[in-house]
Amino acid sequence: MLKIADKIFNSRLFTGTGKFSSSVLMEEALLASGSELVTVALKRVDVKRNDQDDLLMRLKYPHINLLPNTSGVRNAREAVFAAQLAREALETNWIKLEIHPDPKYLMPDPIETLKATEELSKLGFIVLPYIHADPVLCKRLEDVGTAAVMPLGSPIGSNKGLKTIDFLEIIISQSNVPVIVDAGIGSPSDAAWAMEIGADAVLVNTAIAISANPIQMAAAFKLAVEAGRMAFEAKLASAVSHAVASSPLTSFLDE
Amino acid sequence: MNSFNDIFETYNWDDTKASIYAKTSDDVERALAATKRTLEDFKALVSPAAAPYLEQMAQISQQLTLKRFGKVLQMYVPLYLSNECSNICTYCGFSYDNKVKRKTLSPMELMQEVAAIKAMGYEHVLLVTGEDNVNVHVDYFKKVLELIRPHFAHISMEIQPMDLEDYEQLTPYGLNTVLVYQETYHQEDYKKHHPKGKKSNFKYRVETPDRLGKAGIHKMGLGVLIGLEDWRTDCFFTALHLSYLEKKYWQSKYSLSFPRLRPFSGGLEPKVEMSDRELVQLICAYRIFNEEVELSISTRESPAFRDNIIKLGITSISAGSKTNPGGYVVAPESLEQFEISDERSPAEIAKVITAQGYEAVWKDWDKCLA
Repeated sequence: MLKIADKIFNSRLFTGTGKFSSSVLMEEALLASGSELVTVALKRVDVKRNDQDDLLMRLKYPHINLLPNTSGVRNAREAVFAAQLAREALETNWIKLEIHPDPKYLMPDPIETLKATEELSKLGFIVLPYIHADPVLCKRLEDVGTAAVMPLGSPIGSNKGLKTIDFLEIIISQSNVPVIVDAGIGSPSDAAWAMEIGADAVLVNTAIAISANPIQMAAAFKLAVEAGRMAFEAKLASAVSHAVASSPLTSFLDE
Repeated sequence: MNSFNDIFETYNWDDTKASIYAKTSDDVERALAATKRTLEDFKALVSPAAAPYLEQMAQISQQLTLKRFGKVLQMYVPLYLSNECSNICTYCGFSYDNKVKRKTLSPMELMQEVAAIKAMGYEHVLLVTGEDNVNVHVDYFKKVLELIRPHFAHISMEIQPMDLEDYEQLTPYGLNTVLVYQETYHQEDYKKHHPKGKKSNFKYRVETPDRLGKAGIHKMGLGVLIGLEDWRTDCFFTALHLSYLEKKYWQSKYSLSFPRLRPFSGGLEPKVEMSDRELVQLICAYRIFNEEVELSISTRESPAFRDNIIKLGITSISAGSKTNPGGYVVAPESLEQFEISDERSPAEIAKVITAQGYEAVWKDWDKCLA
């Protein structure tokens, strides 16, 4: 089981709420995914009247934890402000930190993210920052109290899969906090791959929301994440791309 | 490089137009097959040579839009603050020489209009004015923003171009987005259509997005008024402008509009007609060229056309719009900017969107976000 801060998760598939064709379909897909951590953009919900907000109403299940995100902010100052608003309105101190001053590719700003993580951790938040697959940044975030790291697999919403695989492997090998691969996971096989290399969880939104059948796709991701995790735990045999030589180079040592 | 004008001046209208019309089906196929499209690809996509590829373009446009924006459409509505104007624009109902009684909303009238718009469900509002620097100036806008900010999640403005300092003064009041349409990039025609007023200064207008970028405006909207000049060439310059701005002001978002000239009181007939088929070609070309840009459609277009382009690449849509100050409650008969073509209510449009398998989104910003 996965533990982040003081919470235990049975499901390692985290999901998002954007891009669905209706909130009803979103609800059904999220239920099919088995996800227990669902991110919600603060800008999409009416936090003042959160008991009437259609999107929030559909996430009211005992097993679903809300993970408000700061999408839309451009720097640490705005992020801290948005996080505080989210904490007050949604009664959770969990925050997915998204600081992307670049609205075209939505690339996370590592400098502002580090600053905001430090400040929010001090303010008692459970911070899950969305970042580039940058191993050094991950260690720096650990130093300032991050609860997990969320490196991207490829540009957000691109469905391009794990383009950052080499860096993800380094991050996973040296991380002391959970690693959640966020952004770019386009298919269940991508999700399974991330789990096979030892990611603690993945976050999937676009690939589920815009598929022709989001409910079925959510179920497919659920299975893929479970399969990937099982494979990781069972220790994958390493891939062998060459034949074993008939005249070993080191046999002379035995002579 | 100080402004877009420096790049713009290296182009010649006639040569650009000729190069668009010289594109061949090979160029179109290359553009469609590319993963990242260049400005030359855009020329091919808006050229007459792309006409036979319209269905293919629509399919690509739909897929790209889904990937980036999802199955959602953002709802917004215009709120006309004033129809006073010191410019003469040959195509506009607010033109100074259109001798009709003018109106600027008082604070009390403004709040009545706000209440009517809120009752329709809107959270995203677009404030519109003519250009009257005597009554409708930066202090008026500050007052307006102060009054309406508590009521909306997202505020855009389509007002006269202003100086950098003016924009900087307005952003702390909650101004998020500014739309400024060039109308046409054809300089001689621009002069002909804007013979009087501050708007007659082409360079000041074409440099407005640079000032918006410097002021750190979150989003800016570009576009030309289709019907004034050759639309393919004008839209190429729009795409050129967009590409320049994206690189220079990389922290801003962009949206494009493609208003076709509509009848109004005292109006001008379009010099160039653009068919529905051509407008679809343009929408798809913009999307295929730029996956991230927002594409907006207003009530200038007919119900049948609007219903059918929801899935083709559009990302935001207005409904229930009035194009005159006080149009919702306080002065329904005041001078309007143009006649709208789609009079259906926001709720009806939301239903149409749902029926197409999309969700109408009313709120996608928050006043807490700067």
